Amino acid sequence: MSNLSSVLSAVPSLQRKLEGRALRSILLSALVWISALVASVPLFSVLYMLIMRGGSRLSLEVFTELPPAGFEMGGGFGNALVGTFVMVGIAAAIAIPVGIMAAVFLAELGPSSKLANTARFAAKTLTGLPSILAGVFAYAMVVLTTGTYSAPAGGVALAVLMLPIVVLTAEEAMKMVPKIMKDAAYGMGCTRSQVVWKVVLPTGMPAILTGVMLAVARAAGETAPLLFTALFSNYWIFHEGQLEVMSPTASLAVLIYNFSGMPFDNQLELAWAASLVLVMIVLVVNVVSRIVGKPKF
Amino acid sequence: MSATMQQVAPAITPAQVVMDCKLDKIFYGSFLAVRDSHVPIEKNKITGFIGPSGCGKSTVLRSLNRMNDLVEGFRFDGHVHFLGQDVYGKGVDPVVVRRYIGMVFQQPNPFSMSIFDNVAFGLRLNRYKGDIGDRVKAALQGAALWDEVKEKLKVSGLALSGGQQQRLCIARAIATEPEVLLMDEPCSALDPIATRRVEELMVELKKDYTIALVTHNMQQATRVADTTAFFSVDISQGTRTGYLVEMGPTSQIFDHPREKLTKDYISGQFS
Repeated sequence: MSNLSSVLSAVPSLQRKLEGRALRSILLSALVWISALVASVPLFSVLYMLIMRGGSRLSLEVFTELPPAGFEMGGGFGNALVGTFVMVGIAAAIAIPVGIMAAVFLAELGPSSKLANTARFAAKTLTGLPSILAGVFAYAMVVLTTGTYSAPAGGVALAVLMLPIVVLTAEEAMKMVPKIMKDAAYGMGCTRSQVVWKVVLPTGMPAILTGVMLAVARAAGETAPLLFTALFSNYWIFHEGQLEVMSPTASLAVLIYNFSGMPFDNQLELAWAASLVLVMIVLVVNVVSRIVGKPKF
Repeated sequence: MSATMQQVAPAITPAQVVMDCKLDKIFYGSFLAVRDSHVPIEKNKITGFIGPSGCGKSTVLRSLNRMNDLVEGFRFDGHVHFLGQDVYGKGVDPVVVRRYIGMVFQQPNPFSMSIFDNVAFGLRLNRYKGDIGDRVKAALQGAALWDEVKEKLKVSGLALSGGQQQRLCIARAIATEPEVLLMDEPCSALDPIATRRVEELMVELKKDYTIALVTHNMQQATRVADTTAFFSVDISQGTRTGYLVEMGPTSQIFDHPREKLTKDYISGQFS
């Protein structure tokens, strides 16, 4: 106690001084403020550019018509929009059930088993996989065995990309369910699977849906895996009275890729408009995931 | 009416033991957590378990409905006779045991679902055929919560206050009318007013249920327990092994303890 007087002056000034600690604190705050601003610049500048350049081309026509040929005017990307929805749908139908069930195993059944560690490692590695390799995988698995580029091949490629996101976010979501809540379920006389189905999954569902939505959004915007699995098509998937699933299928991402390299103004405008539509889809999915994922309390 | 019956009953008929718990040894891995404790639990009474922390009173409670089976390395020597069967007998399904011996935990732990669904949970689990709404209402009334929540049964159970959540958990536990309720320090996370309400509720509930109550609060034991079991820790073997020191009517334990250890504990000489 006697040392205290030598450290603190007898008559203290409690005024804030702009030096030393206070100054460092202000500088650091400014730095993180600016960094946060910088981090949000890309999204808004991309959005601004897309609205400026693609917004004027948007009309009902672009959603309902087929892509134009060379010097043709007008046209749209209706078939690509449908194709994107179909392939993301196929991917979701594969990746969501498999991913959630795998997550149940990782979080509840054998969290520290050898299989769980392997699966977790595989999923984490897969999240960093260059997306074109998912295309290579689906090319080998589906395109070569069926002998054709097709929507299911594109769906499988996208599923490979979605799966690890679903597995890892769903596992985290289930791990967040408090242990005391699971104890309550066991205490009521639940079997282990009843605890999972009646308590863990419903409680973790908002967070699981967030992960699912993020995976869907990512898959919707992917181009590379579709380039040699679904390829592209200038026709509707529902063509001349029948559903032609096992044939090349258009997608927004590949349409943008194709049209953006063309020397025709009409195609370039359509590429911008399609980009805007694709970004809006991704944005809407993300906003929805924020809403469903919001904790109730 | 029932209050007078309560006072008269023990004098006429000898109390019936609902759960005869002979806990010879409880292990977690190689660690001997509890030894040599014989705890009979009598019908329509509150049996309080008291003792210093680490004396194994929660372990004892959780071994009665086989909740400890969920802990890795748990081993049990002895028997728990319940309704003429050994809870640890061959072929007994712990899941079924837990449906007959309900549990209320230290932290209120309602499910992340509506108040109604929380209480209906056990009924649906057991595929109850009758009117679930009636049973939910009765359980909430039994837990003295009905008047506070009858207008908002669809609201999430997590939106209630701590004390209300704990009474919701009690309602959830009694909705299926289990034979016995195990309560593991049910008031330790509650404020004094909520604690008093839950204590009054326990006294009310013993008309219909048999209650085993772990408490770290000796005053709570004197207020609600009919019978009190005092556990202590044996450190003579180099580990901390809990054991039953003595058990008897609450008034006897607190006013005329047979063991010096009990006397020292209830007079606050160690805790």
